[in-house]
Amino acid sequence: MKAELQKQEERTATIFAGDYLNKITGEKIELECRRKIQAGCDTLVVNFSETEIVNSIGVSILLGVIDAASQAETKVVFTEVSEDTSQLFEMLGLTNHVTMQ
Amino acid sequence: MLEHQQQKLIHTFSALADIGQEVAHKNNFQEMIQTSLHLLLGSLAIMRGGVARYSKFGHELNFLAVRGLGDDFPLSATLEMSDEREFLNTGMSEIELSQAKMLAFFQRYQKVLSRKKIEMIMPLIVRNELVGIVFLGEKASGDPFSKEDKAVVQAMARHIGVGIHQRNLMAELARRAEENRQLYEDMRLTYKDTVKAFATAIDCKDKYTEGHSVRVGKYSEIIAEELGWKEEEVEGVAVAGYLHDVGKLTVEKNIINSPKRINAKEFKELNKHPAVGYEILMPIQHPYTDVPLAAKYHHERLDGRGYPDGLKDNEIPYIAKIVNLADSFDAMTTDRPYKRRRPINEVVEDMQRNSGTQFAPELVTAFCSGLLKEVQGKDKSRRFRRLLGPEYLEFEGLEPILRSALDDVNATSSLTLIASN
Ligand SMILES: [Fe+2]
Ligand SMILES: [Fe+2]
Repeated sequence: MKAELQKQEERTATIFAGDYLNKITGEKIELECRRKIQAGCDTLVVNFSETEIVNSIGVSILLGVIDAASQAETKVVFTEVSEDTSQLFEMLGLTNHVTMQ
Repeated sequence: MLEHQQQKLIHTFSALADIGQEVAHKNNFQEMIQTSLHLLLGSLAIMRGGVARYSKFGHELNFLAVRGLGDDFPLSATLEMSDEREFLNTGMSEIELSQAKMLAFFQRYQKVLSRKKIEMIMPLIVRNELVGIVFLGEKASGDPFSKEDKAVVQAMARHIGVGIHQRNLMAELARRAEENRQLYEDMRLTYKDTVKAFATAIDCKDKYTEGHSVRVGKYSEIIAEELGWKEEEVEGVAVAGYLHDVGKLTVEKNIINSPKRINAKEFKELNKHPAVGYEILMPIQHPYTDVPLAAKYHHERLDGRGYPDGLKDNEIPYIAKIVNLADSFDAMTTDRPYKRRRPINEVVEDMQRNSGTQFAPELVTAFCSGLLKEVQGKDKSRRFRRLLGPEYLEFEGLEPILRSALDDVNATSSLTLIASN
């Protein structure tokens, strides 16, 4: 049971969106996510605890992550998303593709 | 719900503002396009898309940035003339793929566009010119593009179009500048060759002073360099040196080539060469304005005892003073039919002695400092040795003589300065 839990943890990768998400340098975060997906994780957790707002560049980068994940059939989870951002994701339809936690 | 709408509106409007900033202020074109594509896709949460630039000359569409289109997406496409016309007819408004079937371009690329789920394209038209096309995929929400969405896409695409247009103008400007530079360079080379051919022609006439004009050109160049002049100024002075005796072309050959000292009448004839040189050079469009003046006044002296006009110090064009020193140095350091060249120490002493009366003191300094550099081995080009022959400078004690000449002349020149104040 314990071993299984650990195994499951191993197949979950967590990435912090941070502040960079909103600039062109945010492409690095996308790249990091793609690497984790390629490495075979089956759940990708994007943590927004350090992200105050998400602008259009940030949304575009997240869409890149979602696209890569859907091709690999990796589940994407967004956690610790602020209420405003959460509303925005819903309006834009991002929530159709990810699990909000 | 209203609050949600507001959230989305703010999001879209910030993207619109950001893209304007991006196009206006980013210097890196590639990054500007990449960021603009992010902003456009992110503003409406569009899953995929690309920005392509249209090259009128190659009728080619080249993608500058793509997102979510995969590695197998073709990054360039050909546009027929008729496609271009059709896009121009459409103007800057969206074309939905579902309605675009009649356009030839779509018939050709339909397969790949629908496989990549491209839903809409927007031609980028600036000043009635097709500069590119934006391709957009489906929205993350799965909803079709609303009227408002299309307006946002159009506004943002307009910015991107302007960015590409600006870039095209810059490239065109750079291309023309480069063309001009090359043209100018060609002209300069032609001019240089002509000048050298002239110098050779002048020197041919005078068999005893073979290579005189070329050497005077080189010495003049050294002086200007020592003065710290700019490259093109140095070049101008060298040209003046090459051409200073061009007037000799009209002087009787037997006067120039006389093996003995010439008489007064012959001297008068020979002394016409500066004025004649000026007449020859004046009508020519030189890249350097002072070249004819150098020919006219290269036999003037600071003390007013030169010819043709007996000008004094400040009245003599600076370039003529340089050529005068170079000319005198060559006269002293080459064999003449009636007289052997003088040893270098005497020549330096002569320049020193005549500094302030015949020669401008700071020019003597410049010349001596150029000589000193070569004697000390600091100037690896060995240009004096090449002009004077390898042994001529092998004179023991030349270095201290040059040093003291430099000190001496410096003193004189500052004295002159105080006196003239
Ligand atoms: Fe002369
Ligand atoms: Fe001369």
